[in-house]
Amino acid sequence: MKHSSGFSEGADRKVYIYRHTLAVRVLHWVNFLTLAIMLMSGLQIFNARPDLYWGASSDFSHPILALYAMQDDRGDTKGVTAIGSHTFVTTGFLGWSRGADGQYTERGFPRWATLPSDTWLAMGRLWHFFFAWVLVVNGALYVLLALISGHLRRDLWMRRTDWRRLGHTLLEHLRLRFPKGEEARRYNGLQKLAYLCVIFGIAPLIVLTGLTMSPTIDAGYPWLLWLFDGRQSARTIHFVCAMALLGFFLVHLAMVLLSGVWNNLRSMITGRYAIEVAAPATESEHE
Amino acid sequence: MSEIISVRRRRLILGLGAGAGSLLLGGCDRLSNLPQTESVLGSAEWLTRAAQRAIVSRDALAPQFTRADIAPVFRANGTTDPANPDYQALARNGFRDWRLRVDGLVERPGSFSLDDIRSMPAQTQITRHDCVEGWSCIGEWTGPRLREVLSRVVPRPQARYVMFFCADPMDDGSDFYYESIDMRTAAHPQTLLAYALNGETLPMAYGAPLRLRLGRQLGYKMAKYVMHIQLVQSYRPFGQGGGGYWEDQGYAWYAGI
Repeated sequence: MKHSSGFSEGADRKVYIYRHTLAVRVLHWVNFLTLAIMLMSGLQIFNARPDLYWGASSDFSHPILALYAMQDDRGDTKGVTAIGSHTFVTTGFLGWSRGADGQYTERGFPRWATLPSDTWLAMGRLWHFFFAWVLVVNGALYVLLALISGHLRRDLWMRRTDWRRLGHTLLEHLRLRFPKGEEARRYNGLQKLAYLCVIFGIAPLIVLTGLTMSPTIDAGYPWLLWLFDGRQSARTIHFVCAMALLGFFLVHLAMVLLSGVWNNLRSMITGRYAIEVAAPATESEHE
Repeated sequence: MSEIISVRRRRLILGLGAGAGSLLLGGCDRLSNLPQTESVLGSAEWLTRAAQRAIVSRDALAPQFTRADIAPVFRANGTTDPANPDYQALARNGFRDWRLRVDGLVERPGSFSLDDIRSMPAQTQITRHDCVEGWSCIGEWTGPRLREVLSRVVPRPQARYVMFFCADPMDDGSDFYYESIDMRTAAHPQTLLAYALNGETLPMAYGAPLRLRLGRQLGYKMAKYVMHIQLVQSYRPFGQGGGGYWEDQGYAWYAGI
């Protein structure tokens, strides 16, 4: 992250740093679009059998998670989410929600969350398996570039100070106080940890569990079944990873909104990120 | 002042985000209904199939399981009671009059009774059945290898695919279920024509009297109620040309993932 230019603004000096390279920006937005399509087409596929199991096969009497509709004592139909032996009423969202005709119908995730909106497994699979390639190629390019350019070592790798300050950084984030000035030049420890977990934890896990669901891949690489304790476990882990990515996205979005939305958006579009430096202005550089 | 602006900005951003989201959604929905979309997205299927062929040997075996892994209740999917009077008549008679026709690009077209099939060397294997919906069940299947049956009719070198024509009527009853596999898959040691599940005569719900079992593909490839096997050069002339009932509805022919 180099200095590009700065200009004076009263006592505080606003300095623009070049935060994101063109490659990172392009890969970021491709990744965003791809993940959205993967998640929603994935939920369409999930809806074909809206329950999850552990082990090699589906023990239909013991799902880990199940979304379904059932009638209550009064004869009204409710949407139910069952996690283990606990059940929750989720009418209108999970298990029982409106179809294209506005009538309630039994479906796992609602129309607005799936691609396509209507129940259409074949089309959901077409979207999913096309964009799976985009995701993998985009992700591999990112990791390769991050390794070669030093982005990974310079900007993302956890340093000793990051670990030491992690508790403090977490407290500051919980109070919605974000790094300013010189501190904001670098990613903080929490940010680095989140990105590293996604890049080297969840991303490879979601790809490998996805492959483990393929019966052909299982024939060639049976150790995948050993690693994930069977195909149905792999499907469950795949789903949990998708939810973890969704969680990451929601926190990421909240942080972007709370810590200066224009500045963050600009930095991911033009690359330039503004920080305020307390030092008095001695020079006046203009754009 | 700046507070108000930032709130307005935040609303604007959220609004733009939500707008872009619904635009993307609506766009993808509209795209899904275009015929071109299916062919563009479907191009990745060719890539996936090529990649799977490159990294998995065509002879690699599907994992086998033990008796302890067998599902207490094996889920029966698709047709479980074919609405076909001819088939039901055969079933009432214990399939004694049932014959499996095997013809097409073969030297000696044949017709086999259930006893003929049962007298062939049989294979018993405990494998996992993976449905395209996402569930899996493990069962023990018994029957001759398909290649054993095909060796009796002597396939011609021009034969590239094996078609399976079934007794279960689909939709309004004008079509019957059908499937196709290539000769490499037909020769795979785990490709069986099964007449027994878990040591018992194959029940009707699972495709009595004879169904196809494949180790490395999804459930919809494994035709039930098989009546007629035909060796062909291309599966295009059959059905809508997709190579199978579900393939004609947009599902992948190779069904490897």
